[in-house]
Amino acid sequence: MANSEMIESVNNVSESGTERQTVGASFCDDPKFSIRNASVFYAEKQAIFDVSVDIARHEVIAMIGPSGCGKSTFLRSLNRMNDTVEDCRVEGGFHLDGQDIYQDNMDVVALRAQVGMVFQKPNPFPKSIYENVAYGPRIHGLADSRVDLDEIVEDSLRRASLWDEVKDRLHQPGTGLSGGQQQRLCIARTIAVNPEVILMDEPCSALDPIATARIEELIEELSQNFTIAIVTHSMQQAARVSSRTAYFHLGELIEVNPTEMVFTTPEHELTEAYITGRFG
Amino acid sequence: MSNANNSLERVQASLARRYRAERRFVWYGRLAVMFALLFVVILFTDIISKGAGAFRLTYARLDITFDPALIGVNDLSDRAVVAAGDWDSLVKTAARARFDGVSGRKAKRELNALFSSGAGYDLKDLLLENPAWLGQTKSLWLLVDDDIDTYFKSRLDGEAYAARVSERQIDWIDQLVEDGDMELRFNQTFFTRGDSREPEQAGIRGALVGSLFTLLVAFCLSFPIGVGAAVYLEEFAPKSRWTEFIEVNINNLAAVPSIIFGMLGLAVFINFFGVPRSIPLLGGMVLTLMTLPTIIITSRAAIKSVPPSIREAALGMGASRHQVVLHHVLPLALPGMLTGAIIGMAQALGETAPLLMIGMIAFIVDVPTGMMDTATVLPVQIFLWSDSPERAFVEKTSAAIMVLLGFLIVMNMAAVLIRKRLERRW
Repeated sequence: MANSEMIESVNNVSESGTERQTVGASFCDDPKFSIRNASVFYAEKQAIFDVSVDIARHEVIAMIGPSGCGKSTFLRSLNRMNDTVEDCRVEGGFHLDGQDIYQDNMDVVALRAQVGMVFQKPNPFPKSIYENVAYGPRIHGLADSRVDLDEIVEDSLRRASLWDEVKDRLHQPGTGLSGGQQQRLCIARTIAVNPEVILMDEPCSALDPIATARIEELIEELSQNFTIAIVTHSMQQAARVSSRTAYFHLGELIEVNPTEMVFTTPEHELTEAYITGRFG
Repeated sequence: MSNANNSLERVQASLARRYRAERRFVWYGRLAVMFALLFVVILFTDIISKGAGAFRLTYARLDITFDPALIGVNDLSDRAVVAAGDWDSLVKTAARARFDGVSGRKAKRELNALFSSGAGYDLKDLLLENPAWLGQTKSLWLLVDDDIDTYFKSRLDGEAYAARVSERQIDWIDQLVEDGDMELRFNQTFFTRGDSREPEQAGIRGALVGSLFTLLVAFCLSFPIGVGAAVYLEEFAPKSRWTEFIEVNINNLAAVPSIIFGMLGLAVFINFFGVPRSIPLLGGMVLTLMTLPTIIITSRAAIKSVPPSIREAALGMGASRHQVVLHHVLPLALPGMLTGAIIGMAQALGETAPLLMIGMIAFIVDVPTGMMDTATVLPVQIFLWSDSPERAFVEKTSAAIMVLLGFLIVMNMAAVLIRKRLERRW
């Protein structure tokens, strides 16, 4: 698993020399994503302070922390969704497979085809189930024929473990599904483009426990093929699905460690305070 | 404990007062609604009671002999000869034959005045349709003059208005009525002809067609331009002081008196670009100026109401911004935009003032056949008729108002239907 690739870095001094003490194992060999000295500003207000972390291939990394700690902002800067926010400014190095995603010649559309996103509230398009899944392949020209497209749709729905539930009503509106099914539809829609990384922004916060359990199962299955970064409010969820956990506090990355370790023997006192419920 | 009792008492004491205030408030609302409804009812009864009569006209039956010698026309295929024919004499001769003992110039003039001055031309058209009638005698219904029409209708209502008819004319009418040769028939003319100086000959077809062409131009111009502007302002424009300035000005433009747009049309379209006056194309252009702010504002509201989560979803899939707009935002906002456009068009249909400035108030008899023909529009026609001295124009005016209101109601209902039908919930 990804854990084995981790390199222990006890004293993590960022490359520029500014001392932001992130404790634990932030870096790894041959990362999928490597983020160095990332800062995000909303107009004058700084939301993320100098965050450096690697995301390994095919790992599930969970980001936890109290509300307003910047974990969602950080996640959204990984596929440049923050571009759509007025006055939002991103600094630092974001490298996907060694390529700077904030470089001028980086195409946002291509980036988002590589780094897909699942949102907090299920947001299927008000179109049929089929059209929802087919939309991505269609705009990116991934299918050569109708048969091809049908195959992609079926495959994506199967991988999102939704196929059996919807195969008889592919042409009914996606908005008619239950909340959990809608979220799995959104996941199917995302993997239909065959991205390398999937970002999930509190994907279960609008769902009931049973739907949540299904999504968590799904995340585990998907981690075999995709790199997944998930933001969650639920520490249990982080513990269940992720191999590594990053703890954010007031825009700073406090600790990154294997999930087990974060929840049993956290290195940083703030992490400990959070997971024992003293705040958050 | 006593404290709690105390506050409970106080609450109860105030309850009655609060409920009274609530009832009073509900009644204010009811009264306001009733007041408004009352005026609507008054308006409609007044218009309908005045205008209903216009849908029927008085006709009198005469035996017309199409005598070639009398008209001076032997060959119906010769247009010049036909046009120069003495068609009025057909009516005059038939009328003199119908009533005995009409002598003297005054009596003859009064007899001729029984019939519409256009009756002879109607006979010409009939004969051209049925060339075999030349030389034959036919019993035909002819339009009577508007004064006779007014008198006859008022007589049927029990209150004869005889101010503009003479004793002799009343005698003749009595004879015609007695013989069953005078009656009210459906007023086809009203829907098939353009304007006329003679009320009995006047119709709204010209104004209706003019309105139609004008609205067509206005819709074809204002919808794409308005939607384009709205999409740009909502989806693409950076939020800067400039866009804010433009926004404020668009909102202000919606409140500009419409006659100003007429002045603008006069100054820019006619004087600068040399567009001909009084044509639907020009009217449509001016109404476009007027409806654009409405369409932009409603379209922006429609775009705003598309949930941001849909945009995020599409962007997250890697759709480019124009794909987001084209595939998701526009289809979802379209019902709202169309509703706005229809309401804007309804507004334009009822607009008079700006069209006065660009010469669409001219007296035009011919029904326009294209965007470049001189024309007038329904509300202007109403204005023209309401200004005419002939009493018979009163009912025409009300009838035209009924037609205009009918169209407005249909358009507004269409807007509501579209909104209901295409509305999506998420």
